[in-house]
Amino acid sequence: MFAAAMVAILVSMAMLLVRAVKGPTVFDRILSVNSFGTKTVLLIAVLGFLAGRPAFLDLALVYALMNFISTIAVLKFTRFGSLAGERSLAGEHSRPTEPQAAET
Amino acid sequence: MAGALDVLSWACLLTGSFFALVSSLAMLRLPDFYSRVHGASITDTMGAGLILLGLVFQAGFSLVTVKLALVLMFLVITGPTASHALAKAAYRLGLEPVIGPEEEESPSQT
Amino acid sequence: MEDLKREGHDFASSDAGDMAGDAMMGNVRPALNLLVVLFGMWLLWSGHYTTQLIGFGLVSCLGVVLLCWRMGIVDREALPLDLTWRTLRYIPWLTLEVVKSNIDLAKRVLSPRLPISPQLVELQATQKTDLGRITFANSITLTPSTVTIEARRDGRFVVHALAHEIAQDLRNGEMDRRVSRLEKVEKPESAS
Repeated sequence: MFAAAMVAILVSMAMLLVRAVKGPTVFDRILSVNSFGTKTVLLIAVLGFLAGRPAFLDLALVYALMNFISTIAVLKFTRFGSLAGERSLAGEHSRPTEPQAAET
Repeated sequence: MAGALDVLSWACLLTGSFFALVSSLAMLRLPDFYSRVHGASITDTMGAGLILLGLVFQAGFSLVTVKLALVLMFLVITGPTASHALAKAAYRLGLEPVIGPEEEESPSQT
Repeated sequence: MEDLKREGHDFASSDAGDMAGDAMMGNVRPALNLLVVLFGMWLLWSGHYTTQLIGFGLVSCLGVVLLCWRMGIVDREALPLDLTWRTLRYIPWLTLEVVKSNIDLAKRVLSPRLPISPQLVELQATQKTDLGRITFANSITLTPSTVTIEARRDGRFVVHALAHEIAQDLRNGEMDRRVSRLEKVEKPESAS
């Protein structure tokens, strides 16, 4: 039964890859890769149970966190052209709460 | 008792897998980026929730259950955040959403 | 250290506005909370309870708290403990809503005619605090077929909805009311 779930997840991951390759805009690709990562987390979790080694869950959690951070990092790179450059430190859109702090 | 739990767990796993497939299908079928975000969020909520719930039924009550719950919690918190960041970045960069007709949208790409 | 965590919910009484003034002193309690939660997390995930490993854990947690302190991100928002117990009543409703919306979206995607009509909706959120607005925005995004595109500080939201009915549901504002009720300091009575 775990195997069936894994096959389903793998098939859906393959479909996501199609979207990632075809995706007209860069955001489609990032979205696909993000969703791909979420499914990888599920795949690792199910694989841990299939192999009888629930310690795989630790890897799943780390992958979930890395997936989120990498999505944000790639997004930031797309937006600002650098990961920690001068412009991104200015953060004009990255933290919208800052510039309008006077309003409330 | 154990048999009932197994059935419940399998049902959750299979439904979750089904929703994972639907999510990928949505990513392929929906017409533009903003609607595909909806497709991706099926995985984040229903797919992950049901599959991890199915695993919880397999694990019984142990430290593994707590870890599964934590994985789900992280997915549920980070998923919408990433989606929102993506949608907002796309919107700020001027990607125009397709505004649909009243009745139906012909699938432009399958 | 344990009762520091208990006190978490009385942060709710202080407004978001007066946080800026006593930044340094106000950060001590959140930092300690963060340390406790991080260390609890370490104990939970490690599963090995030898002196050496627990020592490593304590040192790592201290290091993380120190880093976060230096980055200036240790404040009430970093660890919203005050929300947790009221949120317990909101989560079941949200889960049900998410499940309903998932099934609806799955039906739309699987139907050959693909009956969608995407549109942008402008909303006026009624939450008073940042945390409330964040909760509302995240709830919208968590529900499939609605995604928050922009969430302004004055409460103006731009939401992408996948169909007219979904947009209409959003405009009815039930989720908005529930999240607003969530953030009230007085006890919300009819949260079910």
